[in-house]
Amino acid sequence: MLALVVAHLVMAGLLPVVSARSRRAAFGVAAVLPGATLIWALANAREALGPGLEATTGWAPALGLEFSFRLDALGLVMIILVAGLGALIFAYSAGYFGRKSRDAPRSAALLLAFAGAMLGLVLADDLLTLYVFWELTSIASFLLVGQSGEHRANRRAALQAVLVTVFGGLSMLMGIVLLGEAAGTYRISQIVAAPPSGAMVTAALVLILLGALTKSAQLPFHPWLPAAMAAPTPVSAYLHAASMVKAGVYLVARLSPAFADRAVWWVPVVVLGLGTMLLGGWRALQEIDLKRLLAFGTVSQLGFLMVLLGAGGRIAAMAGLTLLLAHGLFKAPLFMVVGTIDKITGTRDIGELSGLGRQLPALAAVAGLAGMSMAGIPPLLGFVGKEAAFEAFLHEGGTRGWTVALGLLAGSVLTAAYTARFLWGAFAAKPGVEAREVSRPTLALTVPTWIAALGGLALGAGYPLVDALADGYATAYPAGDDALAAGYHLALWHGLGLPLAFSAVAVLGGLALHARRTAVNVVHTRLRHPVSAQRGYEAVVAGLERLAVRVTGRVQVGSLPTYLAILLITVLVLPGTALLIGGQWPDDQMPFHSLIQLPLGLMVIIAALALVRAHRRFTAVLLVGAIGYGIGGLFIVDGAPDLALAQFLVETLTLVAFVFVLRRLPAHFAENTSSSGTRIRKALIAGAGGILVAIAGVVLSGAREAPPATSAEFVRLAPEAGATNVISAILVDFRALDTVGEITVLLIAAAGTASLVLATRHDRRRDGQVKSGSGSPEHEEELLR
Amino acid sequence: MNTINMSMAVVVAVLYGVGFYLLLQRSLMRVLIGIVVLGHGANLLLQLAGGPPARAPILGSAPDEQIADPLPQALALTAIVITFALTTYLLALGYRSWVLVGHDEVQDDIEDRRIAHRRAPEASMGEEAGSDDMSEDEDDPGSAAASGDPVEPSVTSGPAGSGRGVGR
Repeated sequence: MLALVVAHLVMAGLLPVVSARSRRAAFGVAAVLPGATLIWALANAREALGPGLEATTGWAPALGLEFSFRLDALGLVMIILVAGLGALIFAYSAGYFGRKSRDAPRSAALLLAFAGAMLGLVLADDLLTLYVFWELTSIASFLLVGQSGEHRANRRAALQAVLVTVFGGLSMLMGIVLLGEAAGTYRISQIVAAPPSGAMVTAALVLILLGALTKSAQLPFHPWLPAAMAAPTPVSAYLHAASMVKAGVYLVARLSPAFADRAVWWVPVVVLGLGTMLLGGWRALQEIDLKRLLAFGTVSQLGFLMVLLGAGGRIAAMAGLTLLLAHGLFKAPLFMVVGTIDKITGTRDIGELSGLGRQLPALAAVAGLAGMSMAGIPPLLGFVGKEAAFEAFLHEGGTRGWTVALGLLAGSVLTAAYTARFLWGAFAAKPGVEAREVSRPTLALTVPTWIAALGGLALGAGYPLVDALADGYATAYPAGDDALAAGYHLALWHGLGLPLAFSAVAVLGGLALHARRTAVNVVHTRLRHPVSAQRGYEAVVAGLERLAVRVTGRVQVGSLPTYLAILLITVLVLPGTALLIGGQWPDDQMPFHSLIQLPLGLMVIIAALALVRAHRRFTAVLLVGAIGYGIGGLFIVDGAPDLALAQFLVETLTLVAFVFVLRRLPAHFAENTSSSGTRIRKALIAGAGGILVAIAGVVLSGAREAPPATSAEFVRLAPEAGATNVISAILVDFRALDTVGEITVLLIAAAGTASLVLATRHDRRRDGQVKSGSGSPEHEEELLR
Repeated sequence: MNTINMSMAVVVAVLYGVGFYLLLQRSLMRVLIGIVVLGHGANLLLQLAGGPPARAPILGSAPDEQIADPLPQALALTAIVITFALTTYLLALGYRSWVLVGHDEVQDDIEDRRIAHRRAPEASMGEEAGSDDMSEDEDDPGSAAASGDPVEPSVTSGPAGSGRGVGR
């Protein structure tokens, strides 16, 4: 299974080669892999519905990470959506994008990469594997919504989508880690088989739900989905209707068998799901753009699916799985219809379309077929699922059962109403709007639409097939001694009963609502209120940005001395405190080891203190030289003649280098303009730093207990290296690699120094002008003289 | 096993203190001298940490147990040379900076100061897609026309009968 996923990604990488020759061929080639995936999945359907098909590949065995995949009933349904609808949408894209479209090559490759990531997501049996693919789909969505980034709407929508979904994804990652650690395994099948419990698991579930709710555009995170309609229509049909937005629903469906009986799981899912269903349906009724109308419809349907798959119970699970499949099969063709209308008329505005149904009866028929499934009219799959949904909660009864059932009824009324509004808006002849002459859509646009819509009809009529799938998933919910739930099967005809009555009320109520659309509009305008989820998102982002500016302004003041002082204070506070608490002053501290250390030390101290007060550059350099020679003397006292020799040589060379540069610089340092307060503060910090270093040196070296580990070995081995001087044996033999590194540093520094100095000479030779920088003309003149 | 005596500790403290103080100055030359002084202090500390004064680590000149620990000496030697390389490079850098800008002062970053005075960012990422300033956008990017063949800018008719107002 990993091979299939990787094949998608590799193919996506190769696709630009094909699209360079022909855009259409690229989409054609891209459709092959999803098609093959669908065939592979259907060929393995028997095993998937039984024990499940598993495959595991090592990833990082030392860390216990592996790619484990599993194909079961739920995975099979998702593959039908991801791969089956994916192949159709690739075919549709070939007709939708222009032959020279600049968006097409990018979209083709990204869509295929997305298909691969989505495939990995629905097959993953490991929570971490799932997370990786989860975020890959978010990234693909960002790139596909953003397109070329030329349009402001694209950029904003892409940013909003990625901010919201990645925020949810990150909190989900935390939840995954908590859940995996609590369960002792990251394998989903094992976690579901033996769900852990405890406070940590409760927190984990909340975090995971946050990921699922953002990904599936649930209240209050939903506005990113309608905004994402800035993407080309095939992208919207695939990512934002058929597959990606179902990832959240899918995750809830995956984990519900284990956690649906806990209030922390079902309460947010059912409450937010119902709220989303109602709000999405209501908002769809006021949209005049067909695509955004469908987008709010998707939001609404995703809420519906959340309720069904998160509530628990066998019938609800069966209904959820059926509607999951049905939604893909009716929403994708509806999007394709919108794309086709947009393609041939140039608009998606309800107020500008008129009389299209008479001109294009076939297109109206396929839209009607898909719309009937959406509204829940027999004999389509949507009806079968909705019957089961009503049955699930009416059978459950009680406060929760009836509340949810009535909520779903209200949502279904809205669904039927916006379905009617969609069909009316797209195809009806409207008085006062001129009908347009349109050309017939090409076969590439209509054939995939028909296949998807007919799929909904075929599976509705052939409900036993879907029943087998739903039953395979619902075995995770043992019905216990509830005979009706245990024996429930999907069917077109369950006899006269409350569910059928609910379905009838939903459709008739929806039609009535559509008939009174002017009244609905009035209510809409009256209910317009300042609080909305979109405003909330904007406020949160703007608040974060203001906070960032404020923090940056405070922390990044732009002054180098301030930064250094902060670093130094940190050193003083943190290691300094540790030293005071844990350090022990050695009790055999001697005033000096050798008398000659005193005059040499005094000389160094005097030179250093004088350096602080030096105003002339040359004085300062000479004082530095004095310090260096004094330290060289101390080295001799310590018994390090090699060190002293190196120190004397280096000090002399440094002096020479300074003098070369000083020749050109002004004699005095620039006047110190800072106030005396600042100067005293700097001196205090610096002095404290110096004292801390000295104390640390004494304490740490006093804490030493054993003799040096390697030094005796160096002394013993030095004769074998052919040296009597142990230092030279160490430098050129035992630690020769260090010396090579040191020489390299010297070379690099020499090259850098030379180029910096020569650059100035080069400027001067060229044409008497310094090429770069912002020096004043007078300064340049003086310099070049 | 105590190694650093009181007088040497004072020397180290003064060297580090002076080094830190010079590092906090604005003149590049002073900062550079500060780095050199810090380097001296570090080399001395390294050598002192190796042990109390002893005989030079040259075989045959003294019994093995009387000679100083050679490893810190070797490390300090490397450090001295590297400090030299760093010093010359910084010196050249300071010189170049003086050539280009005419002084060797470290200026405050004006851009950072500007941010500190700002209350909110100039533009927000969170504005609604398709809000009031959509008119700046010439077309609906999600439309079929946007995904079709690129339209030549000279062609003014656009998609047949498009009712959408073209922004410019």
